[in-house]
Amino acid sequence: MAVKAIRPGYHGEHKDSRDKFHGNILVYIDWDLHRWFPSPKAFPLPPDMPFGALIEAVLPEGFGQHPQFKEINWDTVEWSLNQQPFTPDLAKGLEEQGLDHKCVVRFKTPELVESYA
Amino acid sequence: MDQRATQQKKLNVKDKYRLLTRDLDWEFSYEDRKEAFPYEEFEGIKITDWDKWEDPFRLTMDAYWKYQAEKEKKLYAIYDAFAQNNGHLNISDARYVNAIKIFLTAVSPAEFASSNGFSWAGRHYGGMGARVAAQMQSLDELRHYQTQIHAMSHYNKYFDGFEEFAHMHDRVWYISVVKSFFDDCRSAGPFEYIVAVSFAFEYVLTNLLFVPFMSGAAYNGDMATVTFGFSAQSDEARHMTLGLEIIKFLLEQHEDNVPIVQQWLDKWLWRGYRILSVVAMMMDYMLPQKFMSWKEAWEVYFEEAGGALFKDLERYGIKMPDCAELISKEKDHLSHQAWWTFYSWGQAAAFHTWTPNAEELDWLSEKYPDTFDKYYRGRLEKAAELEAQGERFYNSGLPQLCQTCQIPMLFTECGHDEPMEISYRESVYNDERFHFCSDMCKTIFDNEPEKYVHSWLPVHQIFQGNCGGEGLDKVMEYYNMGLGTMNLDYKGSPDEERWKKWKGVA
Repeated sequence: MAVKAIRPGYHGEHKDSRDKFHGNILVYIDWDLHRWFPSPKAFPLPPDMPFGALIEAVLPEGFGQHPQFKEINWDTVEWSLNQQPFTPDLAKGLEEQGLDHKCVVRFKTPELVESYA
Repeated sequence: MDQRATQQKKLNVKDKYRLLTRDLDWEFSYEDRKEAFPYEEFEGIKITDWDKWEDPFRLTMDAYWKYQAEKEKKLYAIYDAFAQNNGHLNISDARYVNAIKIFLTAVSPAEFASSNGFSWAGRHYGGMGARVAAQMQSLDELRHYQTQIHAMSHYNKYFDGFEEFAHMHDRVWYISVVKSFFDDCRSAGPFEYIVAVSFAFEYVLTNLLFVPFMSGAAYNGDMATVTFGFSAQSDEARHMTLGLEIIKFLLEQHEDNVPIVQQWLDKWLWRGYRILSVVAMMMDYMLPQKFMSWKEAWEVYFEEAGGALFKDLERYGIKMPDCAELISKEKDHLSHQAWWTFYSWGQAAAFHTWTPNAEELDWLSEKYPDTFDKYYRGRLEKAAELEAQGERFYNSGLPQLCQTCQIPMLFTECGHDEPMEISYRESVYNDERFHFCSDMCKTIFDNEPEKYVHSWLPVHQIFQGNCGGEGLDKVMEYYNMGLGTMNLDYKGSPDEERWKKWKGVA
């Protein structure tokens, strides 16, 4: 059952539903196997932001502190969206290409094994 | 007056005990007993005979007060002596104090929540014996809340980060982890509450909280905390016996209770373990004088001791929770991942963080031969290098949190060939995605989603604008967290400056 409660039909209000983020959606992003960042990070983003803007502005802000960030070859990065392989369209908006509220985006750089040199 | 008439026969111990415990109950003559105890059945627990309850400790209230008062007199005499003799100067190093800052801000408010929980749950047991036991435990927890605050109060005069524990409890991102544990069990029924706290936490896991903090205190010259620990020991002994009694009682009352209790053990062992993440990092990273690694502590206090316990419970049909296997795999990684999280987000913590020195790095290599050098030494050495260059690393942004345990999604797939992959789990409920750090946190959610969909997750609340506004400054103000005093690296902190002055070192 949905919760052990003393009355049937108990319902908790979803505290993190999309309407509560002032027009933004939550996007969780992580650089696979780069644990310089302890965990994936959370970003409130406009749903119509072009994916290209995510790469140009959001990722440097979120992951640029890594010594290897500047070496990333964005043409060979492997993306996943909600644990499925994903090929982003840089011109299209986030939501337009399937990034929904509280989605998980992972980017992988197989040729860039993590090192801190 | 005739003296003989006023001399009454003294009650024998047995009668006095009965009158002051069991006989406080009565037969309801005009109210429905079920209405007086409305929460006894909704959890599915079946109690056939409350008379089978065996009092775990045989104390009457007057005896309780007498023993507790004696302990308090001794305890506060030592606190006074500690303060009068500037006991804070006898600790190994001022970095140690950050361990007890975590204790006061995260653990002590949980004692108060526990007092509240036992008071409520105790009221709702139909059996008088259980009500008496819970009432005494409620008083014990209140006592622990008070005595911990008083143990730390002297440090509060000399170090930053103690004074806002009450304010921070409902607001701060890492403190919500412990808060959510008690919010969860206190909003459950009286039987889940007591299995969660008395058995899972105060019996199975207690040594993994108590021994690390008290031994840590003893090894690092913290007389106040050591004395609190000794003073609380006899209380904790009672708590352990209550935990054992409740589990035995429930399992023996009705076979239908067994699967319910099993599910609770699975859940609460896990939730209890997750909050011990800070204890792991405290033991391995925050004690200038270390005494044991987290890995060692888990092996001794759970794998050995807990193994024997669950073997004992097999006769009831209870088995060791499945999560024990994963916990065993995580033990080589937990403290390093937890510390790195707090170190790198040190600008948002109400205690200082730092990189281990060379000797400490070697200790970690020795204690964690399979993982430390391979996965963790590199980033700590890099962090020290950046710090030496004047670019101490503070992580930008905010972490993704687990919906159930509320910890950042820092946990990795420790059992896999590639142990550095983040452990992602997900459920979709009412068209919304929810994320978890582990199978167990997901299972807990899936069993009662309506309970967790309205969790107050600090990171999301910040993004909703409910925590003072945008930007670290505003959030820290909302937290009452002193910027430049409570947070950031130990090196360069006002704590360090004062310590050096007191010790007469450069």
